[in-house]
Amino acid sequence: MWRPCGIFDDSYGKDIAVVRTPAQWTILLAALGFLLVLPLFFSGYVVTTVNLIGLSVVSAVGLNILTGMTGQISLGQGAFMAVGAYTLMMLMNHLGLSFWVALPLGVFSSGAMGLFFGLPSLRVKGFYLAMATLAAQFLIPWAIVNFRPDLTGGTSTINISTPSFFGILLSSQQHIYYVIMFFTVATLFLARNLQRSKIGRAFVAIRDNDLAAEIMGIEIFRYKLLSFFICSLCAGLAGCLWALWMGAINVDSFTLHESIWYLGMIIVGGLGSVPGAVFGVIFIRLLELTAQTIGEPLTQFFPDAIRASMTQGLSPMLFGLALFLFLVYEPRGLVHRWEILKNFYRRWPFAY
Amino acid sequence: MLILQFVISGLLIGGVYALIAVSSVLIYKSTRIFNFAVGELLALGGLVCYSFVVWWGFPLWLSLLGAMAMAIIIGGSIERLFLRPLLGQPILTIIMATLALSSFLTGLMLIIWSGYTVSFPADLLPGKTIVVGDIVISPELLWALVIVIVAFAILAYFFMKTNTGLKMRAVSEDHELSMSVGINITFIFAIAWIIAVMLGTLSGILLGNRIGLAPTITPLVALRAFPAVIFGGLESIVGAVIGGLTIGIIENVVGGMIDRTFGEATAYIILLLVLIIRPQGLFGLKRIERV
Repeated sequence: MWRPCGIFDDSYGKDIAVVRTPAQWTILLAALGFLLVLPLFFSGYVVTTVNLIGLSVVSAVGLNILTGMTGQISLGQGAFMAVGAYTLMMLMNHLGLSFWVALPLGVFSSGAMGLFFGLPSLRVKGFYLAMATLAAQFLIPWAIVNFRPDLTGGTSTINISTPSFFGILLSSQQHIYYVIMFFTVATLFLARNLQRSKIGRAFVAIRDNDLAAEIMGIEIFRYKLLSFFICSLCAGLAGCLWALWMGAINVDSFTLHESIWYLGMIIVGGLGSVPGAVFGVIFIRLLELTAQTIGEPLTQFFPDAIRASMTQGLSPMLFGLALFLFLVYEPRGLVHRWEILKNFYRRWPFAY
Repeated sequence: MLILQFVISGLLIGGVYALIAVSSVLIYKSTRIFNFAVGELLALGGLVCYSFVVWWGFPLWLSLLGAMAMAIIIGGSIERLFLRPLLGQPILTIIMATLALSSFLTGLMLIIWSGYTVSFPADLLPGKTIVVGDIVISPELLWALVIVIVAFAILAYFFMKTNTGLKMRAVSEDHELSMSVGINITFIFAIAWIIAVMLGTLSGILLGNRIGLAPTITPLVALRAFPAVIFGGLESIVGAVIGGLTIGIIENVVGGMIDRTFGEATAYIILLLVLIIRPQGLFGLKRIERV
């Protein structure tokens, strides 16, 4: 870790600190303060988008722990989000639990499902594991649609009632914003600390070479399952927040398409890095938004019947292109560019 | 008697799965890339042929030739533009590259053909429904079987007798060794992609003739060939054929005898079981790893 000139770590506490200098503290507090007042100054549209980014960050950070840190490829993130969202919906609608009780139960049910589908990681890895999670991505929505349609609502959209927080009804996006942002910041904080704990180092060792890690005394099966568990907890939380954000859930929101997008986000942002997940989510969500915005004027010369699907086709096309360009030209992601920028600023006017 | 009916229709749809599975195995064997975009390539090939037949009104044989020519162009350019820059990258990068390709192609197809389901004209292939005893065999399924068998015969001839086919088999054994005996392996990679896209186009046409084509739905149908690949073993073309037929039969019998929706899920349940019990599949090679 590079230090600015004249700054010394003269105690253990300073040596292990994440936030080191007064300048970093100022930036951190300013950023948190900005997040706190953001809904007061921006329109509902902006806040809605920020909410979507916030809940996607929760999911992407989880996937980054599994795929970026532990090296286990998962194509089932969307399905694990569905588990969280549907558990929340069933507990609230059929058992009449409050949102705040159903939320942790939804999160943990998703975690348990992640543990189950993580079991093949004992025998297989790499491409084969991608296949196992692909099976999860098909079996879970299939179970939601066909198993007990009377409970899950099958393919139809199911509303959830608006939760309240100590008497305040969380009806507008501005109110939901604070709930989502609380969980987003908490997830980021926990993930950043997990990365430099014993568990995080074990994850990285497994990613670099799992046989070597096992010989060094790391119980790889336990840590792989733990990684799946943490990833699915995050996915479940993101699913519950999605249900809160939409006010309704539909199985079509949690498709393979969605899982691929989350993988794309962490690649674009930077594998194995917590800020990388944030960068990636912001980049991809803004790309999606741009595609929607430019899609309208681009397709206005075509008949209405095909305009909708043309606009719809623009965002996967741009996403595929962006993902591919990142894979070829910047496989370390946006976070690497950010580091280069920071170092440039720190050393200016010298080259190094 | 009912079960025989399901076995036969499963065998016929299994032929299409086998085509898709062989297309994946072919690419994997020669380039060590697993192609997650196989479904999109299939839909693309089918839609190209659809445009030739319906938009421009060409006869079937000319459309088929046109679609195959397009398949050569598409396969070659995918290898050159998408996968060549990523040669030798780690598995996650390769998987993500094919997923990026699939997303890109989905978008492209949505823009060109829009999201609606289209199907070929009903009289595309001649023939009428055959009834043997209690068993009904629809003509398009029989055609599918004939085309699949012909395609496999050509493939077998290609791999056993032609120079390029032998080179491809050498490349699938060892990349460096084949380079040292003077095989241009990037050319072989391009050939592998071209053949795979051609097989995909063929199965796209067969699927489109049977259930119609849509840019977002057809790839999901094609993904059901993945369990066939894993079941037969990733390195074995024979395994892919047997896997495809088995998955087709099981899916149809379970779907017909027990529950239609359960049939769709069986392929993935088999996939999970194979991965837990015997990850290398029936004919695959067991991977030995050294640190």
